[in-house]
Amino acid sequence: MARRPLLDFEKPLVELEEQIEQIRQLAKDSEVDVSQQLLQLETLAARRREDIFSALTPAQKIQVARHPQRPSTLDYIQVITDEWLELHGDRRGSDDQALVGGVGRIGEQPVVLIGHQKGRDTKENVARNFGMASPGGYRKAMRLMEHADRFRLPILTFIDTPGAYAGVLAEELGQGEAIAVNLREMFRLRVPVIATVIGEGGSGGALGIGVADRLMMFEHSVYTVASPEACASILWRDAAKAPVAATALKITAADLLQLGLIDVVLSEPSGGNHWGPLQAAETLRGALIEQLTVLGQLSEAALLQQRYDKFRRMGRVLGAGTTDSAVGS
Amino acid sequence: MSLFDWFADRRKAVPVVRTPQELDEGDGLWSKCPECGLVVYRKDLIANASVCSGCGHHLRIDSEARLRLIADEGSFQALDTDLSPTDPLAFKDRRSYADRLRDTQISTGLRDAVITGLCRIDGLPLALGVMDFRFMGGSMGSVVGEKLTRMVETATDRGWPVLIVCASGGARMQEGMLSLMQMAKISGALQRHRQAELLYIPLLTHPTTGGVTASFAMLGDLILAEPKALIGFAGRRVIEQTLREKLPEGFQTAEYLQEHGFVDLIVPRTRFRSTFASLLRLHGVTPAVAA
Repeated sequence: MARRPLLDFEKPLVELEEQIEQIRQLAKDSEVDVSQQLLQLETLAARRREDIFSALTPAQKIQVARHPQRPSTLDYIQVITDEWLELHGDRRGSDDQALVGGVGRIGEQPVVLIGHQKGRDTKENVARNFGMASPGGYRKAMRLMEHADRFRLPILTFIDTPGAYAGVLAEELGQGEAIAVNLREMFRLRVPVIATVIGEGGSGGALGIGVADRLMMFEHSVYTVASPEACASILWRDAAKAPVAATALKITAADLLQLGLIDVVLSEPSGGNHWGPLQAAETLRGALIEQLTVLGQLSEAALLQQRYDKFRRMGRVLGAGTTDSAVGS
Repeated sequence: MSLFDWFADRRKAVPVVRTPQELDEGDGLWSKCPECGLVVYRKDLIANASVCSGCGHHLRIDSEARLRLIADEGSFQALDTDLSPTDPLAFKDRRSYADRLRDTQISTGLRDAVITGLCRIDGLPLALGVMDFRFMGGSMGSVVGEKLTRMVETATDRGWPVLIVCASGGARMQEGMLSLMQMAKISGALQRHRQAELLYIPLLTHPTTGGVTASFAMLGDLILAEPKALIGFAGRRVIEQTLREKLPEGFQTAEYLQEHGFVDLIVPRTRFRSTFASLLRLHGVTPAVAA
């Protein structure tokens, strides 16, 4: 088994796995039948993993969501599409590597696929800017979504970003404007839009490709209004309080489903998507096909209205909000 | 009678002139400009739209003062005045959100960080939203999102132009993801307003940042700003700390944004009313448009 970066709460598993590995080696070198012990230990390890992952705290989920081996947008696209061509450029002078997109086919259905792209290691991450898209990335996404609208291709987006890039150049190029335009224009798209948070959904940088008819989240993905680290340093004046902030902010799939902000929670293989990337991709593909089928039956007008109504309902306020008599009537 | 009504009544009964917070250090009659130190007679300062006559510094003003500077006298009719924030996450940092809300409501006399309504400006119809930075830094939670969305919808129904005076630190963390989604909700309402070929203009005042910049602040057909206002997506500290980049001179000021193509016009507060009314007329808004 390939060694992978282990998360601190996975430590109880390490010893077990080492034992399993030792017995395997032993079995190879000797004639002793250890299959019984192996099976027992493996079952135990699986059960432990199940226990650990079914009780993750929000802060631990963040670690899973940010795991370097967690499948990325391009990983999923490779597996779930039957055909795929990456397309490039915002047509305004840049091709952001942190936000990728292209055309592809899932079964018989041609689609446009767009997502944040993180790297696996430091070198890749530098090239991908750690999945933090620049204004050009959001404009590339919008250009591809407009293309999808023109050719009536449903849009699948994959959210996996710590947040939109915060830098001098990003500000000068209009990071706020780029995201804002996407938020507005995504309400105009006449094709089904399905967004899935595959890793971390960081604030406006996530929402910039997240105005969708269906918002799905993997079980251990998180979606935040502000990173718990930033939130802790602002509200608690102490960045070390990030785990507390992570809990307070209600960032897990289960919490967001309960708040009515997402539609579907996709279950993950035991141990998280990085333990079973193919299984995760199969889950994703199945859910996307299911939602595409449902949304494909709606008229364009119904689709637009439902998308508007979906976001219109979001929020919690007190008071009926009666309107005062209006001017000039 | 609810506590809110009591405050509302109390405020109606006693027509005190609310003075900007920055002036509180003055002795009541005189105010000192925080920028150039000039001491001016407070009545003169207020008569000059709280702009320092010495250096032109725009002092921060609250939403009521802003309303008085924009709407024709007596024309403003508030919408959705009974919408109040709740505490959907039972959020608690060093203090509970519920306590924070209550204290802020008492100290400001506001229910949340935006006032919305319908008014006239120079006789022309206008749906007007004014954010108030005093209310938890003008942060956008469910109430801000809902009130602005309803106001934009009303404007779309009536065929009216919209002005939103922005002053905000961004999305309100205490309402978590509900706050983030307000960005999308308002943008959706603005999309319909735009589809109806109606005019939307935000006025960016000091400061306009975060989720507000990444939504309605940057979606104007025309974008106006006050001189020297801080406008940006990411906070300066975030950019400096996480990226160790040195910030250029005047970074994220209204002037800087105009240079980079994101602000149409920088309008001194004293000229805002006449400039804005001109813009409305140039875009075919007439008193008759009022339904």
